[in-house]
Amino acid sequence: MKYKSQKVAYWAFALSMLLIILQITYGFIQAFAHLGYDGLHEWIPFNTSMAVHKNLLVVWILSGFMGAAYYIIPDESDNELFMPILAYIQLGALAVVGVIAVAGFHFNWWEGRKFLEIPRELDFLVVVDVLLFLFVILMTLWKGKQRTTTAMILSVGLLAAALLYLPGMIWFDNHALDSFFRWWVVHLWVEGVWELIMGGILAYLLIKLTGVDREVIEKWLYVIVGLTFLSGILGTGHHYYYTGAPSYWLIVGGIFSALEPLAFMGMALFAINMYNKGEKRHPNKTAVKWTLGTAIVSFAGAGLLGLAHTIPQVNLYTHGTFVTAMHGHLAFWGAYGMIVFAIITYVMPNVTGRKIYNNALGNYAFWISLIGMLGMVSAFAAMGVTQVNLERRLGLDFMTVQQELHPHFWVLVITASIFTVGILLYVWNFMKYGLPTDEAIGMEDEFRTI
Amino acid sequence: MLSKKQALLFFLGGTILFSIIFIAMSIDTVSKGIPAHTHEENMTAQVIHGRVLWDENNCMGCHTLMGEGAYYAPELTKVYDRVGPDVMKAILTSKVPWAPHGRKMVAYGFSNEDAEGLIAFLKWVGEIDLNGYPATPPLKNRLK
Repeated sequence: MKYKSQKVAYWAFALSMLLIILQITYGFIQAFAHLGYDGLHEWIPFNTSMAVHKNLLVVWILSGFMGAAYYIIPDESDNELFMPILAYIQLGALAVVGVIAVAGFHFNWWEGRKFLEIPRELDFLVVVDVLLFLFVILMTLWKGKQRTTTAMILSVGLLAAALLYLPGMIWFDNHALDSFFRWWVVHLWVEGVWELIMGGILAYLLIKLTGVDREVIEKWLYVIVGLTFLSGILGTGHHYYYTGAPSYWLIVGGIFSALEPLAFMGMALFAINMYNKGEKRHPNKTAVKWTLGTAIVSFAGAGLLGLAHTIPQVNLYTHGTFVTAMHGHLAFWGAYGMIVFAIITYVMPNVTGRKIYNNALGNYAFWISLIGMLGMVSAFAAMGVTQVNLERRLGLDFMTVQQELHPHFWVLVITASIFTVGILLYVWNFMKYGLPTDEAIGMEDEFRTI
Repeated sequence: MLSKKQALLFFLGGTILFSIIFIAMSIDTVSKGIPAHTHEENMTAQVIHGRVLWDENNCMGCHTLMGEGAYYAPELTKVYDRVGPDVMKAILTSKVPWAPHGRKMVAYGFSNEDAEGLIAFLKWVGEIDLNGYPATPPLKNRLK
């Protein structure tokens, strides 16, 4: 690393590691409840495990994004972070709010709004926390010696993500209106501004890992994020087909969400081409794997599996079934989980000064988690197709169909266990790096592309 | 060949254009579309009371409503037509978990007033124009 304050990134990543393990734990509680083993029902009913599973996902990914920004922005703007103490306070506060929120979910303190279950009282604390984060990032950029496209795209994405949280905080008596604005947050995050953040991190990694000229990479970054918004903004319509909104969303949402895979395909082709074009090879091969992996798996998960059920005529039968879970798992893992793992893999040797990046542990973590996740997604796909045909097409009773899904849930438990092994290996490797140290400052030259 | 400046213009132009279209459509949806589709005039105090309870107890953490939520418990959009208010009230006021096929619902033990609020809310949801959702199962009549 170049600057001492970049060490903050380590603590954000450590928080992500802790939270992903908790998220997976609650996922297993859910899977077993589906199989009838709901011994924890009194203390952790399904809606609690669901709220925890979803919100921890959001928080660990956001924490990963924050860590990425705390590392990338000083590097790109050629400047120490502005008041790093604020960054430490902000991360600590995020962890505290997260713990309170998760604890509250066990005591019926929440809102029944998928992905946005955090009660409004805590929402205000989240807003203050995010403002503090943005203050540090934007001041660093402002005071920096240079403002690169990569840093700007990343910062605009983070700023827009914070602004888009606000429509989700308005109360509506009309449930359909509440749902309408909930998607302003959730959809415009994951199929909008989070892609900006992902694109920014991806561009940074490609610049570092391939040695391709920054101007070329950043030009294509504009094209990709341009495609994202071109399709993704009106693509929000695919959430408005059957939720009380007018029927014009069927046409607009159908057409534009069918275009959404283009942005992800662009991202995959971009990463592969830059890698092939780069004449230099970075010694951190595991980081290269995660970087190319996120670009390709996000295309499969967010792009293709999204396309599989986004056409209104198909969605009429798949809406509200495990087909959505199939798409959701590979999309979140491919696009946002893997990009966070990619940046962590790249950053760890730089902040700790330990060159253990090409060990077997890191390599196995990549492949085992990937294979596990592909297995999980196949299990969800089998559940989804079975559910759609039996319940939605043949009209069998909900619970009758649920019991027909048990074999697929066993496959889910097995493949999720494989995924968990991959994640645990990754976390173990993370711990092996040890704590960040000032001795790593200036050592980055040793890790440059050769 | 595309220059970096042209790429920036493509990004900014597309984003601004489609944001304007999206906001214009959203204004129409929020001011006219949703109030008409949801029959907002039927949203009584009782319906809103039910809506608050729906939210406070995170019902969509297990059920789906208008296809949105979790996939652990049945879709409730048309529950009023499907099971009727008496069964709904029995489930909502029960002090022991309702557990069809062994899958437990939290025993909320709602008061009469709360249960009636939730029933009114779910009846109101059932009357929303959802562009044809949930569809009638197309193969149901082929089962012999």
